[in-house]
Amino acid sequence: MRLNEFLSPAVEMCRRGDPRERIVLSSRVRLARNVKGLPFPGHAKKPDRVKSLEHILPAVEGLPQMERHFAAAMDTLTAMDKQLLVERHLISREHAAKSAGSGIVFNGEESACVMINEEDHLRMQAILPGLQVRQAWALIDQVDTELEKRLDFAFSPELGYLTACPTNVGTGIRVSAMLHLPGLVLAEQINPIIQSVNKLHLAVRGLYGEGTEALGNIFQVSNQTTLGESEAAIVERINKVLAQIIEHEENARAKLLETKPKVVFNHIGRAYGILGNAHSISSKETMNLLSLLRLGMDLGMFPGVERTLVDELFLTTQPAHLQQQHVKKLDTDERDLLRADMMRERLGRVGKPDHTVIKPPPADDAATN
Amino acid sequence: MLCSACQKKEATVFLTEIVGDKTHKVDLCEACSKEKGASDPGAFALADLLHGLGASQEISPPGSEDLKCPNCGFTQADFKKSGRLGCSECYTTFAEGLEGLLKTMHRGTRHTGKMPQALMQTRALADKLKSLNKSLEKAIAEEDFERAAKLRDEIRQMNAKLKEVTV
Ligand SMILES: [Zn+2]
Ligand SMILES: [Zn+2]
Repeated sequence: MRLNEFLSPAVEMCRRGDPRERIVLSSRVRLARNVKGLPFPGHAKKPDRVKSLEHILPAVEGLPQMERHFAAAMDTLTAMDKQLLVERHLISREHAAKSAGSGIVFNGEESACVMINEEDHLRMQAILPGLQVRQAWALIDQVDTELEKRLDFAFSPELGYLTACPTNVGTGIRVSAMLHLPGLVLAEQINPIIQSVNKLHLAVRGLYGEGTEALGNIFQVSNQTTLGESEAAIVERINKVLAQIIEHEENARAKLLETKPKVVFNHIGRAYGILGNAHSISSKETMNLLSLLRLGMDLGMFPGVERTLVDELFLTTQPAHLQQQHVKKLDTDERDLLRADMMRERLGRVGKPDHTVIKPPPADDAATN
Repeated sequence: MLCSACQKKEATVFLTEIVGDKTHKVDLCEACSKEKGASDPGAFALADLLHGLGASQEISPPGSEDLKCPNCGFTQADFKKSGRLGCSECYTTFAEGLEGLLKTMHRGTRHTGKMPQALMQTRALADKLKSLNKSLEKAIAEEDFERAAKLRDEIRQMNAKLKEVTV
């Protein structure tokens, strides 16, 4: 089956989450595993990589969690296929650059995914919508337990699972969550938050964009250390920090509405205006404006509109997803035109943002008591 | 400013990350930032990147720089280039040098998480076997031969089981 036909439509993907979930977009747990004795992919010659792929691929395809699955060797995928998988967060950019001797398997729900011969022989991950870090760990733990019956993993009682990079040794786990934090960004509180989270040996970084910029106000929080702590301890540590960040974001939003409502309405109104009326728009600008639209939806300023619309547009305006809807090969300029066309069409049916739904705060505390 | 990876080209990508109380800074040229995956913040960790630069990473103990992994042929020089090891056996070959490195990277130096079930079973059986053997010694010392015979049977069964799971 071709990748295009296997992937769920974007709209379906975006409806999987809990519609009440406002801040955490998705939760992910990744495990790194290697087969005992075989050279790691980065140190293996191509014939060795092809051989290890042939050894690992059937084991993964036979997993009960992969009953309905897509599997391919990376050299059989087109550049566009690979980009689609990156945009779906199913593979890393590093893996997209791989060809012969590397592979990918993922299930029909796109919730369990195994990269073969990325940096390690196996990089398996569970991705679930919203705040479900524990559930993601439970899912990938099961996959791992099944897989260890079929493959002989490199494991040392002292150092745990042995990985190509010493930064991953031990549990081989990377727990992460994708967060939408427009409130903290608008309130200029994001940097202190990042710094305090960093102090807890967790990393926060923009998920899209280069360096310190975070396109679409989307951030990823993940653990940095993998040895000396159990998986469950790491999961709980992240969970605790996520709860705090969520609270800070909610507070920042409430505070902004209380102290600078016009600033918030202005941002959201302008985002709506540009997205609904532009005739050419870059992917970058789209992400940033969609973030503000999403904030507007969270605040109830777009009554009657399904909030998954924004998430869907976020995905379908990414380059490969945009290209997927068109037969002709598009260059960047053409994509910008088509992206704007799509946005005008979809937002044409969305009414203007209504700021009157937001009650002005009481004049003073005494009035409410 | 020169690229800290290749030391040849002008650096154009500047990265900073704060982990714990340490601030890591790294400057890369366009080509190296692409190669190291620094253009993809979703996938890369600066920690990995820095360790990949081999800035001061010695995994061979002094005086044995020509140490070579017997399983995959990996050397200290290879580690300096990529910051990655060659195979799972490298962890044994370079154990001495890695110890210090792991200490700076992680919260602990001993794995306390999940282990393969087969290994866990083996360990549980081995522990059980140990305690049975102790009981046997005690039974013999106390000249409780009936109990000793029973224990011998149990030990025989346990040994068979242990053989089964380790095969
Ligand atoms: Zn360079
Ligand atoms: Zn080796």
